[in-house]
Amino acid sequence: MAVVFVRPKLPKLARDPWAIQFDSDGHLKHLLTIEGLGAEWVTRILDTAESFLSVTGRDVKKVPLLRGRTVVNLFFESSTRTRTTFELAAKRLSADVLNLNISTSAATKGESLLDTMRNIQAMQADMFVIRHEQSGAAHFLARHVEQHVSVLNAGDGWHAHPTQALLDVFTIRKMKGEFAPLRVAIVGDILHSRVARSQIHALNTLSTGEVRVIAPRTLLPAQVEKLGVRVFHDMREGLKDVDVIIMLRLQRERMEGALLPTEDEFFRLYGLTPEKLAWAKPDAIVMHPGPANRGVEIDSEVADGPQSVILQQVSNGIAVRMAVMSLCMGGREE
Amino acid sequence: MSHSDTPVSAHAPHDLDAYLHSMVHDLRLRIDSGALRDPLMIGIHTGGVWVAKHLHAALGLSEPLGKLSIAFYRDDFTHIGLHPQVSPSSLPFDIEGRDIILVDDVLYTGRTIRAAMNELFDFGRPSRVLLAVLCDRPGRELPIQADVVGASFMLDHHEEIVLSGPEPLNLSIQHRAVEA
Amino acid sequence: MSNTPYFAQGIDIDHLKPPEGCRPGIDCQRWVIRGARVLDPASQLDAVTDVFIDKAGIVAVGEAPSDFACDNIMDARGLWLIPGLIDSWARLREPGQEHKATIASEARAATAAGITSVCIPPDTDPVIDTPAVVRLIKRRAQLAGGARILSIGALTQDLDGKRLAEMADLQEAGCVAVSNILKPMANLAVMRRAMEYANTFDILVIVQPQDRALAHGGCAHEGAVASRLGLPGIPVAAETAAMAQILALVEETGARVHFANLSTARAAQMLEHARFAGLPVSGGVSAHQLFLSEMDTDAFDANCHVIPPLRSLRDRDALLDAVARGVIEVIHSDHQPHEGDAKAAPFPDAAPGISALETLLPLTLRLVENGTLNLQHALHRVTSGPAQLLRLKAGGVAPGLRADLCLYDPQAAWTLDEQQMLSRGKNTPFAGWDFSGKITHTWVAGRLVYGQNIEPK
Repeated sequence: MAVVFVRPKLPKLARDPWAIQFDSDGHLKHLLTIEGLGAEWVTRILDTAESFLSVTGRDVKKVPLLRGRTVVNLFFESSTRTRTTFELAAKRLSADVLNLNISTSAATKGESLLDTMRNIQAMQADMFVIRHEQSGAAHFLARHVEQHVSVLNAGDGWHAHPTQALLDVFTIRKMKGEFAPLRVAIVGDILHSRVARSQIHALNTLSTGEVRVIAPRTLLPAQVEKLGVRVFHDMREGLKDVDVIIMLRLQRERMEGALLPTEDEFFRLYGLTPEKLAWAKPDAIVMHPGPANRGVEIDSEVADGPQSVILQQVSNGIAVRMAVMSLCMGGREE
Repeated sequence: MSHSDTPVSAHAPHDLDAYLHSMVHDLRLRIDSGALRDPLMIGIHTGGVWVAKHLHAALGLSEPLGKLSIAFYRDDFTHIGLHPQVSPSSLPFDIEGRDIILVDDVLYTGRTIRAAMNELFDFGRPSRVLLAVLCDRPGRELPIQADVVGASFMLDHHEEIVLSGPEPLNLSIQHRAVEA
Repeated sequence: MSNTPYFAQGIDIDHLKPPEGCRPGIDCQRWVIRGARVLDPASQLDAVTDVFIDKAGIVAVGEAPSDFACDNIMDARGLWLIPGLIDSWARLREPGQEHKATIASEARAATAAGITSVCIPPDTDPVIDTPAVVRLIKRRAQLAGGARILSIGALTQDLDGKRLAEMADLQEAGCVAVSNILKPMANLAVMRRAMEYANTFDILVIVQPQDRALAHGGCAHEGAVASRLGLPGIPVAAETAAMAQILALVEETGARVHFANLSTARAAQMLEHARFAGLPVSGGVSAHQLFLSEMDTDAFDANCHVIPPLRSLRDRDALLDAVARGVIEVIHSDHQPHEGDAKAAPFPDAAPGISALETLLPLTLRLVENGTLNLQHALHRVTSGPAQLLRLKAGGVAPGLRADLCLYDPQAAWTLDEQQMLSRGKNTPFAGWDFSGKITHTWVAGRLVYGQNIEPK
């Protein structure tokens, strides 16, 4: 008997995993990851952020774009700093802001993320800004929200932190201009860093000349080079001819998981000191997504030094988040 | 008002220089009479800025021209979203307590002016705002009228005025694609 | 003809009479199945012929026995008659997690998928570590009236990894094997003793090789995709290191060991070497591991969260090769039905597992369509293969074997819609896949337990 070969239909999700970020008109609806945005959208977000930067220089730092809309900050991991910048961005767009810090401890046990989301959605939320300790949480939320609701990923597990990466490339663009001639080195705990993953995607999306990672093998994910980076284990080699140095925060728990022997050894080998900074280009800039562990991954003298742009990153963060919020929430009513 | 009493035929050749000249004349009278004291001029992005450039030069105002981009103030944001290229507003002066000439190319529904005034007040509290437009036409949706008008056109809703520029400025009347 | 398929009622063994609704002429014992293409992988039979069933067994293939009187004739022209499938590794969630699924719901789903025997791992609640639990499960299965449910006993009491379970008693009560599933043994010395003790009674030990510490916290294959998605990884070494330890103990003890749920190329290679060296070991793989890879986890699809994780394409191809060459002789479902809530969470938080009973045969036959295996070899992996492993008198179409049989319509193309699944668990990554044939009738021990287009008499 003849056997009919039927080609398997791929499951819907696998066909274009990042398509969920756009609505049927190709308009940005959710920002979950930098992947799939393409240079056009990243540039558009950065250009829009540039206009919002002018608003923050005014007397009234507020525009009425999102008047009457409700933005809900859904934070399952406490982070006052990040939450505050999202809150400020939403308020400068005249949105109503609801902050929910949901500790995953005993108090809320039993209520699933989905329950929480549906309850708040019933309060007529228009946008969720979510931070969650599990990779994929923002995707999960985006898949389950109602049609008119946008989801903005403010950090999920080790996966992505797209607005942080956007404000970093925004800062680099302001300081350095073009990306093609740049060498950028990301130093430290890449394995557990959602910031690093998003930065790598953003830098590669903008065709950065070379993206490097510098870390011991225990802090690098498997096959990290497939993300489009050159791998270094030695600071002197890795920082050579570099234009931008991005230092990552090192969590103290890493010592317990047998990933590192001691903070001291890490600082000696990978901590950014004035001596190591001298190995990079003389006009190299130093960045850090914050909050910095001084004396663990970065020396105070460098963090506060003339090459540091850490404070610019923070103020650029608000404009970038305003840009993302208004691009995601504009033009979707008929 | 000057020309607005006798509407221009939509199909007559457009004498832009004459319209601009009439606006300059009108504004000059107001300044000379003391009705406007040391005014600042602000053009609305983009056509308004082109018109304002001509007026600003002709009047020889001392302070630089301001530019207002109303992208963040549009009331149709929820329908059409943010314009891909938002050029930021630039007001290189303090508007607090000043007399202001707000310039746009066409006054139609009045919504652009409403948005511009909202934005203006986010920069400070001017003492007086005067509206100068190159072209006036029927179709108002808000209670807003211009103080100085270059020319008035009697147009149907399916016609629109298109100003191209910045140099040379050119005015044309076009038929709008009929909406369903 | 009736559109709703027919399912047999359960038999209340305490009263030994059929409950209401049992229909004479359909639930009766003597059948002749006429004109089907009969496929028996053990004997390589592939012929259009007749099969005769009496007293729960197959009495003849081809010519009717001289004294045969039949109650019922099944005209099966155009259909395939194949042995009922033996699923050597599937969770039915009962006892203990009846909110996910029950023996009744899953036994019924199994029969409609052509599975006539299902072996359940011991991590029920209570754990299958006493004959009483084995009997409880057997009784529930009889009441359900679908597929036969066989227990895999615990290797240690309460699966604690310290105290040996009463394996001989469990075997006597009907357990086909023992296993400590993914629960860790206290140390290798306990594992060695457990294997020695099992070997005393020639009991098969089933091992799911995964080192607990190496896999700790992981939810995806440690590789490029997990690195990009920021998912904590489970390295290949979690499987191979655990397997190497067990192989060393097999050399020492001579115990019969079956490795279930293999996922890596390296493990398949280790299995091949061990078998070549004459060790009494065998391997099983779940059907989904032969079709999916880490690439399918790309969009955080929680239905692709399985343990062991979906690995690289290289691993998948090596598993296909091992199945094709007979290194891996068993394909099982690793059925793990879940309620909607268990999967409604971000990928790492979602409960692992696939509701897989209903895709076991379709995926296995797809291996024929894509040229991995010939039809008889593919059927062997899900019928006579597991029958030999578990020493069951089933899994074939030959006189003397139990009449666990299925009719398969090779022309009945269908698309998997998870809402149409009979299993209580709708968690499948194969929704939307097209398959080319379907089970139409199933007999367990000569009793018709599932049938399409059956007109009640």
